[in-house]
Amino acid sequence: MPFVNWLKRHLVVIAGLLTLAYLLLPNVVVTVFSFNKPKGRFNYEWQQFSTDAWKDPCGVADLCGSLSISLQIAFWATLGATLLGTLIAFALVRYRFRARGAVNSLIFLPMAMPEVVMAASLLTLFLNLGAQLGFWTILIAHIMFCLSFVVTAVKARVMSMDPRLEQAAQDLYAGPVQTFLRVTLPIAAPGIAAGALLAFALSFDDFIITNFNAGSTVTFPMFVWGSAQRGTPVQINVIGTAMFLLAVLFVLTSMVVGSRRSRKTS
Amino acid sequence: MTTLTEAPPPLAPAASEPKPQRRRGRWTPYWLLLPGILWLLVFFALPMIYQASTSVQTGSLEEGYKVTWHFATYWDALSEYWPQFLRSVAYAAAATVLCLVLGYPLAYLIAFRAGRWRNLIMILVIAPFFTSFLIRTLAWKTILADGGPVVGALNTLHVLDVTNWLGWTAGDRVLATPLAVVCGLTYNFLPFMILPLYTSLERIDGRLHEAAGDLYARPVTTFRKVTFPLSMPGVVSGTLLTFIPAAGDYVNAELLGSTDTRMIGNVIQTQFLRILDYPTAAALSFILMAAILLMVTFYIRGSGTEDLV
Amino acid sequence: MKTTSSGGDVRLTGISKTYGSFTAVHPLDLTVPQGSFFALLGASGCGKTTTLRMIAGLEEPSSGTVHLGEQDVTALPPYKRPVNTVFQSYALFPHLDIFENVAFGLRRRGIRSVKKQVEDMLELVQLGEQARKKPHQLSGGQQQRVAVARALINHPKVLLLDEPLGALDLKLRRQMQLELKRIQTEVGITFVHVTHDQEEAMTMADTIAVMNAGRVEQLGSPTDLYENPRTTFVANFLGTSNFIEAEIDSKSGDEIVLKAGGGKLVLSEARCGAPAPTGGRVLVGVRPEKISLTHADDAGEIPEGRNRITGKIADSSFIGVSTQYVVDSPVCSDFEVYAQNIDRDPRLVPGAEVVLHWNPAHTFGLDASQDAEAGVEEAA
Repeated sequence: MPFVNWLKRHLVVIAGLLTLAYLLLPNVVVTVFSFNKPKGRFNYEWQQFSTDAWKDPCGVADLCGSLSISLQIAFWATLGATLLGTLIAFALVRYRFRARGAVNSLIFLPMAMPEVVMAASLLTLFLNLGAQLGFWTILIAHIMFCLSFVVTAVKARVMSMDPRLEQAAQDLYAGPVQTFLRVTLPIAAPGIAAGALLAFALSFDDFIITNFNAGSTVTFPMFVWGSAQRGTPVQINVIGTAMFLLAVLFVLTSMVVGSRRSRKTS
Repeated sequence: MTTLTEAPPPLAPAASEPKPQRRRGRWTPYWLLLPGILWLLVFFALPMIYQASTSVQTGSLEEGYKVTWHFATYWDALSEYWPQFLRSVAYAAAATVLCLVLGYPLAYLIAFRAGRWRNLIMILVIAPFFTSFLIRTLAWKTILADGGPVVGALNTLHVLDVTNWLGWTAGDRVLATPLAVVCGLTYNFLPFMILPLYTSLERIDGRLHEAAGDLYARPVTTFRKVTFPLSMPGVVSGTLLTFIPAAGDYVNAELLGSTDTRMIGNVIQTQFLRILDYPTAAALSFILMAAILLMVTFYIRGSGTEDLV
Repeated sequence: MKTTSSGGDVRLTGISKTYGSFTAVHPLDLTVPQGSFFALLGASGCGKTTTLRMIAGLEEPSSGTVHLGEQDVTALPPYKRPVNTVFQSYALFPHLDIFENVAFGLRRRGIRSVKKQVEDMLELVQLGEQARKKPHQLSGGQQQRVAVARALINHPKVLLLDEPLGALDLKLRRQMQLELKRIQTEVGITFVHVTHDQEEAMTMADTIAVMNAGRVEQLGSPTDLYENPRTTFVANFLGTSNFIEAEIDSKSGDEIVLKAGGGKLVLSEARCGAPAPTGGRVLVGVRPEKISLTHADDAGEIPEGRNRITGKIADSSFIGVSTQYVVDSPVCSDFEVYAQNIDRDPRLVPGAEVVLHWNPAHTFGLDASQDAEAGVEEAA
């Protein structure tokens, strides 16, 4: 029974590809429906092909404004979380100190906590302090929950780094600052970049924590949430599709550049 | 003459290879930790304390709240919202199991069978992250739409009859049923299962499969006795990364469910942002946190991978 | 940060290192003469690497001082010491190409035009072609040479080598031993070489310090250490030694006459490293290759004046250049004998009764109170 044997041998591959299809199906729908011309306020049923939304992505009130706020917050949150997280990661890997266990737990807990719990407790704090909810409270919250992820990513990289490399740099007349800039940082860079990318994605896409602490500020996910109640403009799908394509393009380019660079040196 | 050893020299014991540590660097780690840890203490730990305090306060929005050690709030909250708690745990557990069943083959495929397609598949797993998860969740509304092709197919195959009987769906609808919510949760947290699984599978030496085969293990046995046990760290962290956010999620229940599928996250959100009953919301959130930490602790102990953290 | 190669010896005075309750290096005085090839030899964990790292400044001594020539460098951080290190497993910077790896030290000292120097240095280690490759694209032997070049280009007063050949296979290691020796002769810089491989140390070094458990057991030239070990550890760690415990019978002139299991042995007093009162006990040592093996039937043909003991061949293995015998004798249960394969006596097979005999001048005497097996395990 050649077919049964073939099926047996490739069962994992088939199952895996089905899962991949499950993962990608919504993106296909989002893309297809970005060319829809819905009848009512909601873009859930296919009507007819149109490129109207693509021609005018900012044609809906507040959409591009919210997108811009999300990008700004994601940018600053990435910067803040990457900076603070990298420092923590270096301290954890490179030094012994008291309270190491406590620090590790404090890093781990935000990742093991449902978002809604963090969101609610942070709001309690802001309410108690009488803080004005808005851009700054969102940014604070985003840095908080991105921090642990950056620490984890950078830590993994720095841990796999041979401590002899830094000793070699010192041995070759590089002082502490030079050693850090010339050796430690470049070698840790991929870990830091991975952490930063993760932070950006997490921040840009966050809804639950933002929703609690945003006040009247509307980020892109909050705009989408609101429109799910009031009516979904096609432009949402346009933005979603564009972000997806940009991400794929970005990764592909960096991969091509990376492989070309390594080919050039070999 | 003694024979020369061909093997590399044994590693020096740990004592002879310590990290360079100079007196003057004694305070360096604390300076490095200070800003980040301070941030977490003020905006993560301190809020927990505020929340604990709020949960035992009484009062009203107009008159303000005072700590009165009113623990009855916990009791009231639990007795009123225990169905939502149970539902959250059940939905999250179902989604976690589904994620494991669906995610494992894909992680395995990427780790061992993808060859030169490996990077492309990885990108395809990660890239959807960049389309807002809310937009993607809304897409499920289209996919599972009443009378749509998916529901039609399930109907023709009499799958809906089974799920109706189980109480997962109602009539010839999938939307606004538990099935839709679990489907959405599974979809949303699947990458969080696949990535740790892939990481731990990728570390497995391919020769172990050959060694197992050489020692008379059939492929299924090899998987059961070698591959799966070695991927346990990935299974544990994957299930945690799926279960925890799923249990606290309210987006899927709100967008794909109905009032009958409300999870505890929905309740906390409503109490906090609409009803403005802060003590009840804080108590609920505190119970959720405690329940999850408890479950996670037992789970990690039970699976014997404490070094995970 | 002086780059001049004039400058003097490395002097360690009372230097020690403790970690908590563990003493890695006991207070130690050591002088490495300028321009010499000096080896610190010992098993792993004996404190040799710690000693090296204290010279480099990568480890702070718990006590004592490090001098380079006249300069006390004890308090200087590594980047201010005119000393460079070839690290175990090389520690080449993975993000820099070979050229930049080699140029690293020069650039850190603010030297702008490094091209000529780097190219010359790469030529010296025969890697001129590989300048633009990344470290991971090179073979182990090439990486090793880059590590040497990266250190040497700075013209350090001392070059420290921490098990530099440990990661190479046997053949390449042999080749690199000669190569390093050539480079050292060419540049004339003091090399301090840490190794656990006694053959490597003997091939390359002018002077060897054998370390054991944080102490220097013996210091000397390879020949001196091999011929006149002062402890059983040195005798066993460098090569193989046979030991017979013997009683001092009498002295005649500068010769000591010993009794061992009914037989008589002679030991030159000058080669006895222990006090030798009549009636006292010493360990009599002899190297396996110094011993001749004669079948018991021909015992009469052995010349007078040689030390001799009798025994029975327990085992023999042919290894090409020589045949190694293990002989069971009343005074020592497994006596090792290496015989050159020149005229092989076909009667010398396991079970044969034999006489072992050797020139008394090749005998050395050691204090009988120590463990005759010390260092055997570590040398394996």
